[in-house]
Amino acid sequence: MATQSCADVKPSTTTVRPDLKLLDLSLTERIVAEAFELLINPGVKVATPRAIELLAGAGTRVENGIAHIPESLARCALESVPREFFLYDRAGAAVVHYGGEKVHFDPGSSCLNILDPDTLQPRPAQSGDLVRLVQLTEMLPQFAAQSTAFVCNDVPQEIGDFYRLFLVLLYANKPVITGAFSAPTLQAMLDLLAADAGGGEALKRRPRAVFDVCPSPPLNWSEFAAENLLQLGHAGVPAQMVSMPLAGATAPVTLAGSVVQHAAECISGITIHQLASPGAPIVWGGAPAIFDMSAGCAPMGAIETVMLNMACTQVGKYLGLPTHGYLVATDSKLVDAQAGLESGISAVLGALAGINMISGAGMLDSLACHSLEKLVIDAEAISYAQRLVRGVEAGQETLAASAFAQIGLSGEFLRLKETRALFRSEQYFPSSVIQRGSEARADGQPLCDTFSRARTRVQEVLTSYKRPAMSLEREKSLLEIARREGARVGLQHLPGV
Amino acid sequence: MGCVHEETFRAMRQSIIDGAPEAAATLAQKSFVLGIAPLEAIDQGFVPGMNDVGEQFTLRTVFLPDMMAAAEAMKAAMNVLEPVLKQQGTERPCAGKVILGTAKGDIHEIGKTLVGTLLTAHGFQVHDLGVDVPSDHFAAAAADLAADIVGVSALLTTTMRGQKAVVEAIEHAGLRPRVKVIVGGAPVTRRWAEEIRADGYAKDAMRAVALVQGLMGSHSDTIRVS
Ligand code: B12
Repeated sequence: MATQSCADVKPSTTTVRPDLKLLDLSLTERIVAEAFELLINPGVKVATPRAIELLAGAGTRVENGIAHIPESLARCALESVPREFFLYDRAGAAVVHYGGEKVHFDPGSSCLNILDPDTLQPRPAQSGDLVRLVQLTEMLPQFAAQSTAFVCNDVPQEIGDFYRLFLVLLYANKPVITGAFSAPTLQAMLDLLAADAGGGEALKRRPRAVFDVCPSPPLNWSEFAAENLLQLGHAGVPAQMVSMPLAGATAPVTLAGSVVQHAAECISGITIHQLASPGAPIVWGGAPAIFDMSAGCAPMGAIETVMLNMACTQVGKYLGLPTHGYLVATDSKLVDAQAGLESGISAVLGALAGINMISGAGMLDSLACHSLEKLVIDAEAISYAQRLVRGVEAGQETLAASAFAQIGLSGEFLRLKETRALFRSEQYFPSSVIQRGSEARADGQPLCDTFSRARTRVQEVLTSYKRPAMSLEREKSLLEIARREGARVGLQHLPGV
Repeated sequence: MGCVHEETFRAMRQSIIDGAPEAAATLAQKSFVLGIAPLEAIDQGFVPGMNDVGEQFTLRTVFLPDMMAAAEAMKAAMNVLEPVLKQQGTERPCAGKVILGTAKGDIHEIGKTLVGTLLTAHGFQVHDLGVDVPSDHFAAAAADLAADIVGVSALLTTTMRGQKAVVEAIEHAGLRPRVKVIVGGAPVTRRWAEEIRADGYAKDAMRAVALVQGLMGSHSDTIRVS
């Protein structure tokens, strides 16, 4: 009906959630089909006898430690994975929603070094650094979850993974993205979480943490990783697979080929996990990256790395699973323009891809170094991304006409009621990290750059930090477990407490 | 020698730069017919090609896959030339024997493999023990293979101690100071290397080559990086 008049058109108030897909349906299906092929041939290395038993018992041919997993079995496992689940903060609120199009961010994990803002040199991180990063993250609303961001150098390495979780639980209320480096410490970390939740059953019902588990590319579930999956399934604590194909080095050089490998690694992990604990939560996650053929490293800020994260997520969503990726990180060694552009671009693209949990903010130097200053800058990039995916919202009545009906051509929008009522939701107000307007130019004062503004902001936020409430009894049991584990390795006092 | 075979040497060099194993093997065969001594073919034909690739790599005009292909071509040529060298009782002057592996409990392998590739490309004989290697395996391999150098990679702060264990194992086996232990990996620092009394540390693969060359006391005449 070409003659329909404007007045007949129903006003649309629906908002498009902006998204960006890199794969069409037929390519997605091809990726999944080839992933199933890989599970049969060449198959998947599995080093844990318990996992091999489970697989063999379910009809998988296992030869020389290589499991040839049939598609039917893998599909069955994919069916029993929860489509969504929540992570809870200590107060019991469901603040992280894994599944669907929800997007959350957390700082990167397990860093070795921190960038000293005075010397601009990386130095090994100490407990105090982790505490400050946790306090900062706790106060920044852009981060839905904490991460066990550093492995602290002043703590015996045998309990390095355990101790960082202890400090996070002591200083934060938010949920935690964490991971274990060995089987015994994983158990101690689960003990800690159970104490924090008020018992193992409570932890199962309202998990506060998710554990990263890494298959080794290509297609290899090491003894430790597979054991991790089984232990987490048993405890009912969510596992997050961090599959890390490095395109061209430990995976096919094409992006599509690496996405296939990522899918096969995740599906095989899910099969092991669900065979042991059907219905236990597990995340389709990863840190897929390209391999730089000149520098010989895994560039976490490269655009192709971002594309891999987006495409891998899309495959996970196609299978209906909760998703995770590693972005908002950079390869720059300093908090400079490269750090800003790589982190900002990937925050935006990751949000557009609808990745449920995006880890990596704050990180420099291909995940080897953290910076508190970068974390507060990244928080702004994340806010931009979050604003973007909220999309363009349309009013109920008119879009512009009612405003003009009130003020005509006078241009007096600033005094309109509507302006005052809506500007806060229409616009995101950045922190002092972002410079706008002319204030900085006034009085001939020296101009300061993003990094120095970020330094000031870090101090401001840290000053505003208040330790979240925790019952004395809980705190006592956390401290008890920490002392017990510390005593095992000769730790006299508890650093960072 | 010299001018007569100039053309053939150039083709040999080019076959390495091109990463063409068939061409390299054919040229190695051809050297017998032309009466070029195997050592001459290696030193004046093939090795300069490898050096060229190494230089280009530092200049970022040649990339890792090119480097791998060059190493393959080098291997193809050596497979033809080495049996004849042995027959003649002349040994190719090997730049040194290096054992590599990643410390116990650690499965990061990319850095270690890269170091191995570049060492091979620079004429060293490399035996890669893989990942998650117990310290006594390093010591046993060093004794069995009469290694000059043992390189231990560690990417986790928890597995760095494995490097110390290797230093001790080599010591207990009575192999020190003849066998040198070198260490590397993202969390490893020069200070750590000193603390555990390792013989060397390198930050990346190119520096690892320079380190090994330095420890062998020979910027060997045939093989040199700029
Ligand atoms: C790729 C990667 C992986 C891959 C490894 C794939 C593979 N097949 O190797 C996978 C996904 C399997 C993985 C697993 C894990 N990883 Co990881 N990984 C990385 C990452 C991103 C890059 C490493 C890499 O390959 N770099 C590229 C190579 C070329 O560089 P390189 O290794 O440093 O090597 C160069 C130099 O160091 C030197 N060198 C290296 N070795 C040697 C040896 C000698 C003798 C010499 C002279 C020189 C030398 O030369 C090399 C070439 O230039 C690093 C972060 C980082 N930037 O280092 C994290 C990192 C090392 N991993 C980390 C962690 C925590 C893990 C896991 C424990 C995660 C988990 N919860 O399961 C597991 C470990 C399991 C285990 N037991 O080992 C942490 C370590 C934290 C800590 N404090 O110890 C890091 C720092 C990342 C992070 N922030 O989380 N990882």
